[in-house]
Order: sequence, then C-alpha cells, then structure tokens
Amino acid sequence: MRSLRSAVELEQLRVKILSQRKPEKPCISICGGTGCHAYGCEDVAKALKSEMKRQGLSKQVELKVTGCHGFCERGPLMVLHPQKIFYQRVSPGDVSEIIAETVIKGNIIDRLLYIDPVNEEKAQSEEDVPFYKRQQRLVFGNNGLIDPTNIEDYLAIGGYSALSKVLFNMQPEEVIEEIKKSGLRGRGGGGFPTGRKWDSCRNAPSSDGIRYVICNADEGDPGAYMDRSLLEGNPHSVVEGMVIGAYAVGAHDGYVYVRLEYPLALNNLGIALGQAREYGLLGQNILGSGFDFNVKVSRGGGAFICGESTALMASLEGRVGEPRPKHIHTALQGLYGKPTNLNNVETWANVPLIINRGADWYSQIGTEGSKGTKIFSLVGKINNTGLVEVPMGITLREIIYDIGGGIPRGKKFKAIQTGGPSGGCLPESLIDLPVDFDRLTDVGSMMGSGGMIVMDEGTCMVDIARYFVKFLTEESCGKCVPCREGLDRMLDILTDITEGRGKEGDIELLEELGGLLKETSLCALGTTASNPVLSTIKYFRGEYEAHIREKRCPAGVCKALITFIIDAEKCTGCGLCLRECPQEAISGEKKKPHVIDQSKCIRCGLCRDSCKFEAIIVA
Amino acid sequence: MIELTIDGIKAKVEEGTTVLEAAREMGIIIPTLCYHPGLSPYGACRVCMVEVVKGDHSSLEASCTLPVEQGQVILTNSEKVTRARKLIVELLLSSCPNSKTLQDMAANMGINKVRFKIKDRGCILCGRCVRYCKEQMKSGGIGFVGRGTSRRVATAFDVTPEECRNCGGCEWICPVCEKACMADSLIDGLCGGCQNLAPVETCLVCTGCSESVSPQGHKVY
Amino acid sequence: MVNDYEKVKAIVDRYGGKHDSVIAILQDVQSEYHYLPEHTLRAVASQLDLPLIQICGVATFFKAFSLKPRGEHTVTVCLGTACHVRGAPAVLDEVKRQLGIEPGNTTADMRFTLETVNCLGACALGPILVVDGKYHGQMSLGKVKKVLNRYKKVQKDGRHEELKVSS
Ligand SMILES: Cc1cc2nc3c(=O)[nH]c(=O)nc-3n(C[C@H](O)[C@H](O)[C@H](O)COP(=O)(O)O)c2cc1C
Ligand code: SF4
Ligand code: SF4
Ligand code: SF4
Ligand code: FES
Ligand code: FES
Ligand code: FES
Repeated sequence: MRSLRSAVELEQLRVKILSQRKPEKPCISICGGTGCHAYGCEDVAKALKSEMKRQGLSKQVELKVTGCHGFCERGPLMVLHPQKIFYQRVSPGDVSEIIAETVIKGNIIDRLLYIDPVNEEKAQSEEDVPFYKRQQRLVFGNNGLIDPTNIEDYLAIGGYSALSKVLFNMQPEEVIEEIKKSGLRGRGGGGFPTGRKWDSCRNAPSSDGIRYVICNADEGDPGAYMDRSLLEGNPHSVVEGMVIGAYAVGAHDGYVYVRLEYPLALNNLGIALGQAREYGLLGQNILGSGFDFNVKVSRGGGAFICGESTALMASLEGRVGEPRPKHIHTALQGLYGKPTNLNNVETWANVPLIINRGADWYSQIGTEGSKGTKIFSLVGKINNTGLVEVPMGITLREIIYDIGGGIPRGKKFKAIQTGGPSGGCLPESLIDLPVDFDRLTDVGSMMGSGGMIVMDEGTCMVDIARYFVKFLTEESCGKCVPCREGLDRMLDILTDITEGRGKEGDIELLEELGGLLKETSLCALGTTASNPVLSTIKYFRGEYEAHIREKRCPAGVCKALITFIIDAEKCTGCGLCLRECPQEAISGEKKKPHVIDQSKCIRCGLCRDSCKFEAIIVA
Repeated sequence: MIELTIDGIKAKVEEGTTVLEAAREMGIIIPTLCYHPGLSPYGACRVCMVEVVKGDHSSLEASCTLPVEQGQVILTNSEKVTRARKLIVELLLSSCPNSKTLQDMAANMGINKVRFKIKDRGCILCGRCVRYCKEQMKSGGIGFVGRGTSRRVATAFDVTPEECRNCGGCEWICPVCEKACMADSLIDGLCGGCQNLAPVETCLVCTGCSESVSPQGHKVY
Repeated sequence: MVNDYEKVKAIVDRYGGKHDSVIAILQDVQSEYHYLPEHTLRAVASQLDLPLIQICGVATFFKAFSLKPRGEHTVTVCLGTACHVRGAPAVLDEVKRQLGIEPGNTTADMRFTLETVNCLGACALGPILVVDGKYHGQMSLGKVKKVLNRYKKVQKDGRHEELKVSS
C-alpha cells in the first residue's frame, strides 16, 4: 500500500473500499472478545471456516472476527449480515446448520435466538434485545462491525475522516475550542474537562518545544474491561483520537501505556499502529499535511498505581511507579519534565466522534455537567453481564433493570458499587440517581473508569469493604504513611470485624482513619482509598454493627460468623456431601438426614455446593 | 519575592522556597521526619502537614514539598493540622514503637494511647538513608524493594553491595535508628518512661531525663 | 552463564541500552527465562550501568515480575470484584487446599504456581480459574478438583495418579 499523501487520496481510497464492498453480501460477524473467547468462540470460528470451505462458500460469504459486542453474558455471539440476525450461545455444533439454513436459505434458527425472560419474546436482531435497546452505542457500537486487524474496515465506516478534517480545515486552537465546547470530560476517573487539559498543555512553556501525549490503557479497576474492549475491538478509533490530540497540543511523540494482562489488546493495537503508519496516517508528514506524530507502545508492569498520571510517567521513564506531589501539573511538567497530555482510552475514542459530528450535537447528549455517553462494565450479581454504553444521566435503575435484566435467581438487589477501588457502594434508596460525574461524587462514590458491580442480599458489605482495602494495601506504592500504614491498619480492623473480633469503637476508628487518608495522602490512590469503607459505613452501618455486636454476618458470607447446617426436611440422605467434605465432618446413614459436626467443619462450603436439594443452609 | 502569611505573620521569601523552609526561617517549628535539609524533599511521612486556607475552604498539604505562592495563607498548628498529625504519629508509633524520636513526638503532641496493633518494623520508610546514599555519597547501595505494605529498605539480594563505601551515613541520618528507646515495656504503645514529660495518662513517674524535650517547650523534632 | 550474559546483552541492545527501557528489558528477560534469575538481574544492571538495587526495586515493585522459578503449570484465580461477589474467595481457598500453597508460590514438586489476578475481562463467566492460559468459567468448589486433576496426572513419586473424578 502506498502511503496516502492528501485528504483527497484518503477519500478516494474510501470510495474504492466501499465500492468493492457489497452491502448485500452475507457476512458473519462473530465476537472474538475475551468473554466470548472464554466461551469458546475460537472453535466456532474454526468450524465456520472449514464448513464454508467445504461448501465452497469462502468467496461468497465473509467471516469477520470482531471485538467484544457487549452482551458477554450470552456469548459466543454472532450477527449475520445483511439481515442482522442475532444468534447467541453458539457452539461449533450449530455451525453447519447456520450455514445450511440461515446463510443459504435465509431461515432463522429459533433455538439460537435470544429470548426475553420477561415476556418470552424472541429477538431476531440486536435491536430487539432489551439489553441493547436502551443503550446509545456511539463509541462502542462499531466494535461489532469491524475486524480490528483490518484498517479498511475502519476506513469503510468513515475512519480517519475526523483526522483529515482537523489537519486540513482546523487550526489547533479551533480543535481545542471544539473539544471544550463539547463538554467532554475525562473517562479515566477524575472527569477533568478534556479541552481545558489540552489547552494548558498547548500553552505550557517548553524550552525545546517537545510535548507528549499519552493514552492511559492501564485499566486497573478490578471488574472493569471497557478500555480493553475498545483497544481490542476498535484500536484505530483510539489512535485517530490521539493523532488529533497531538495536533491540537503540538506534540510529535506519544505513548500508549497498556496493561500487561491484555495480550490481545497489545496485539491488535500493534497491528493498527503498523497499518496506520503504512497508510500514512501516522508517522512523518501525516496525509501530506506536514504534521508528524509517532506512537510507541509501552507494556505496564502490573501495578494499579501506574494508572495514576505521575506514577505512569515515572514508569515510562523506567522507574518504579511512585507518584510525586502534583503542585506542578503534568500538563506543564510531565514525562521527562515536558508538558504532557494524558487521557484515557475511552476519552481518546470520543474525540473523532466529536470532530465529525460537532460539539453542538455532542453536548446535547447527557446532563448539564456531564456530556456524551459512558461505557460501563455491568458485572456481578446481574442477569445480563456485559459492556453497556449509555447517555450520561440515565438512572441506576434503568441500567440495572432495563438493560441488566435485574438480579439473578429472584434475589433482592442490595447495592451497586461504582468507581472501583476509589468509589463507593450505593444502596437501594439511591437507585433512581441519575448517573453522572457530579451526582455520583455527591453521594460519596465516583464515576471512576466505569466499573459497575451489582450486589445482592448474598453480598456482605463489610466483606466488600475489606476486599477493596486489601486490594489497595497490595496496590499502594507504599511511599506515604497514611496510605501505607493507614490502609494496613484499616485492613486489620476490618479483618477483625469479619472474623468475629470486632469491638465497640472500631467503626469510629475506621471513620477517623478514612478521614486521614482523604486529607493527607500524597496521591489520589490514597485520598480516595477510604471511599469503599466510608460509603459502606454510611449506608450499611447496621451490617457492621451486626458483625461487631451480635457476631453475625447477615449476608452469610463471613466464614467465622456462619455455620453450615443440614435441613433435615430437605436432606434425602444421598450422601453426596459426606463424600465431598474434606474434614469428614458429615455423618449420617443412607437415605436418612445427615448432620454436620460443627467442631470439625472448616466452613469450606464444598458440601453446600455439592448438595442437589439445597438442603445445606447457612445460618 | 513571594509574600505569604504563616500563622497570621506576613513574610517575604524567595521564589522556589518551600513552606516548611519559610516557616523555619520565621522560627515556626513544624515537625518533620522524612525531610532533611541536605536531601531532596520527598513528602512521604506526612507529619509536616499544614493547612492551606483558600477562601472558605482549606486543605492539608505536606509543607516540605509545597512551594510558596503569592498570597498563600498557611496555618501550621490549627485543630485540623494537629488532629491529622497526631493520627499519623500514632500510626508510625505502631510500626516503630522503639524509636525515641517518635516517642518524643508523641509526648509533645499529647498522644496518650496507640490504638493500633503494634507491628514493629524498625523502619518508617522515610527514605532518608536511601536519598543520603544516592545524593550525598553518589552511590547506590541501598534502595526500596517491594511495594505497599511489603515495601522495605534493602540492599540487592540482602548482601553488602559493591557500591557501599562503609560511610555509615545511612545509619547516622536515620531518624529511627539514631536513638533507640530503651523502655523495656510499652503501655498502649507508648514508652511511658523518661521522655513523656507532657501529661500522658499512662506516664506514672516522670524522671525528667530527656535532653530533647524541655518542660517549657519542645524544640527538637 | 556466559551464554546468559550474551542473551541479556542482546535484549538490552535491542532497546539501545537506554535507562528508560528497564521495565521492557526485564519483561523480555522474564519471557525468556519465565522468571528473573539473579545473575540476569546482575547482567542487566552492569550493562545499563545502574546500581543493582535499582533493578531489584523495579523487579519487586511490579507484579508481573517473579524472582522465583515458576512451576510447570500456572494456576490463576481471578479475584476481580465481579468474581469476588460471585464467590472467588472460596474458590481460591479450595485451590490453596488442593495445591497446598499460598498465592505467589510454587508447589515443592515444581508442578504448579498459584497466582491471583484482578479481572480478566470475562466477568460474565465469573468466578474464573485459569490454567496455563485456558479459562475455566463459572467455577464451583467441586469443579476445582476436577480441573486441577487434569493437570495433575503425574504424582510426586512419578507414578500416574488415578484420575479421581468426584461422583
Ligand atoms: C490510583 C489511580 C489509578 C488510576 N488508574 C487509571 C486507569 O487505569 N486508567 C485511566 O485511564 N485512568 C486512571 N487513573 C486516572 C489517571 O490518573 C488520569 O486522571 C486519567 O488517565 C486522565 O485521563 P482522562 O482525563 O481522559 O480521564 C487513575 C488514577 C489513580 C489515582
Ligand atoms: S497515597 Fe498511597 S499510592 Fe499514593 S503515594 Fe502515598 S503510598 Fe503511594
Ligand atoms: S462446609 Fe466444608 S468442612 Fe464444613 S461440613 Fe461442609 S464440606 Fe465439610
Ligand atoms: S532505615 Fe531509617 S532512614 Fe532509612 S528509611 Fe528506614 S527509617 Fe528512614
Ligand atoms: S466478549 Fe463477546 S460480547 Fe463481550
Ligand atoms: S517531612 Fe514532609 S512529608 Fe515527611
Ligand atoms: S472480575 Fe474476574 S473476570 Fe472480571
């Protein structure tokens, strides 16, 4: 491929690509995201390929392995174009039937359709599925349409047109003005206005004129994977955003800092960068405009703190990820002491959209203070696990019930955790809260990067607080005292509470330590670290008190405070549990109710897992 | 020159000075642990916190790394500051109870109980030794390993490194090793012995032996 | 060892011997040896002309690095929040019991290394257990033994273990 030398050449190429593509040509798009991978989509793709070959269809039918489609719960997913038929839970055994019936004859295979559990209606296409219906997938929706390893797919949906618009028709200041006007705020957690950040970076003095832009793809929130899915499924949108940002702030070098556990994202990003270079969309003299911009990929070393801006830059410079005080902002003195603009993956992916469709259009979406859409990873005790993109301002209720399909097994909703380790747990009384940056902060949580973990009555809030504090003690860099020692002592106290050694005054001490962390920690990891604890104390204080005063875990989670007992009414005496128990704590005659010897039981839960009659209960 | 107000007193200092240095020039004492005049500022121990007042809200900042700013209003001994400082020293005491420096500080601040589990680590990770070795000796024998609660000061593979020049500076500069507290038993995490001249609940007898603390005031931190 | 010095040198040279490439260099050394043997760290330090402790600091700060040799199979339990609320701690306990080791360690016979991870991006399948890169989703406590047994085949004394499939 000869590299493109002008905006016209780019458009000519696009016309050519589109003319070669027939919209009526059958195309099977199969999700190759991590979730579907784990469900075995690779085997499905392989089976499809060989079946198509066997039938001599390889030329007539296109097969596309894409990034995550979003509805990971029902993977492996498949969409058949042009009719847009949506199949879920596809297995290799279904493949020959799909080819014979759907691809060749156009018949729909009922058993592979999604059935709405509420009204038992079958959905033929994605639009009919409630999970997708309420979403507004501006940034994420393209994932299902493109093969991330093929730049032509991205060009076919209008890719890099925003870049060419910017390079040839806009001054850098105009670009910044447009982003400011759009109201875009950073999607990495802090929600800082992106346009303002770009502005200060552009105007920061730099003796040699060097500036950097960085894409933060460290995604450390445990339970969130939208950045990963964007990089895996649509890497060019992120690259395009970065080139536009670089042009706006006047940078010629950039970095993408990718979490190490994301091999597929690294791979697809590497391919995308190579193709962009080859096509003249990256590197020297981009599209013949005279603007140069290069991107390097850096693999993270596996540390949550390296998502923090100064720690990330330290680790890019080859040092340990220790934050520094931020009296001088990284926009002024960042990487190698140069003005540096750092944005999150999703923030970058929003940029081409804003340039293409205009700030006025963009700022109509969302709320007063938070514009546009946000991708959330909706996980935990929820029926429809997956990635959802919704306009800002949607209520938690709509996300949990309309999109998420509610709580599995008819259990009761208890709390939703947003913002990851820096966020908080919100109770049912706040379920009608509109989701945006400011409203979430008001109630003691955070937007964070977009993790949403749904919890039901079987989740213990003290245990959750302990979980996050434990995570943070391991992930804190250990430099400053409040964070290192404070978290460690909070963990001690929470462990005591969950293990039945809680005492009066513990809650108050936790609150005191929480306040200290907020006020005195060096970096934002420490200042937000107490949110999970403080928010659970605020909304679920009674549960803490039950642990401390009554030595009882109401949710039945904390091992030291529960006992397993066999319900004699339900026990059939099958003896399954007896064989599973590693402690030989269960005894009983065949066909007679069994009993557990509490002095031997280590509460491993194996027996409860094995019992087919739900006869083993937690008390 | 930058003009700022510390504890109600106006002062002019050179640009690039830190709030801690400015305060010391004015004779205002702010306790410090990881700070040392001969080393680069580090901002890790957080005992030097001061309150920065901006209109009707204020925040706490570590004075040793905080650059002075035109019109800044600083409080070094407000209720908010002392509350935070006390809790930090209490935390430090629980991980380094045998440090005389810390016991003295606790006495000065009127800490009368350590409410946390004592986990004697013998080091507060202030990094003075590490910076001394690197900055003053231009060597690199010691450093931090691990992260979070597993972080510690170490030599590579725990053997005396080639780079070590046996200067002993790391020990000399350490605020914890410098003077060990000799009390043989701790009551509520405090030594309760000679140092605690301040009214401390657990201090039963005061022998007035400490050199570092005088009954009139506390000058040495 | 001379050979190893050359191997490390090749990696260091690939990054132009730049100090800011320490992390990338160590990542490449680790993928070569599956862990970071002491002499390779020494080699990296001397070739980059950096104090060894600085290299050790980096190697012990990031979770991706291991200074201990790793077992033949790597068992990883996801402890991300989604997996946690779906019962990952109990799964981890069961894996610990089965292997007799704590996370971060390797069994004495060098067959299994146990690790934990925070979210693998497959939360829909939680709780997840990964063995050598293969995902085993929706783990129940009973399934742990079955999955591990598939990799256990040879026992310590070299005899083939009967595959105990719990009834
Ligand atoms: C402890 C910590 C972890 C963070 N992790 C991430 C992360 O994984 N990804 C991310 O984009 N931002 C993360 N951030 C936020 C970044 O510091 C930074 O604000 C963000 O990348 C800026 O981009 P934005 O303005 O586009 O949001 C983290 C912040 C802290 C304090
Ligand atoms: S707050 Fe925590 S993570 Fe941040 S610098 Fe302090 S110890 Fe490190
Ligand atoms: S919980 Fe575990 S130890 Fe206790 S009875 Fe059940 S199987 Fe046995
Ligand atoms: S050994 Fe002493 S000087 Fe070094 S970090 Fe520990 S407390 Fe500070
Ligand atoms: S991975 Fe296939 S839908 Fe998410
Ligand atoms: S003296 Fe300022 S933080 Fe330690
Ligand atoms: S939390 Fe385990 S895969 Fe996401």
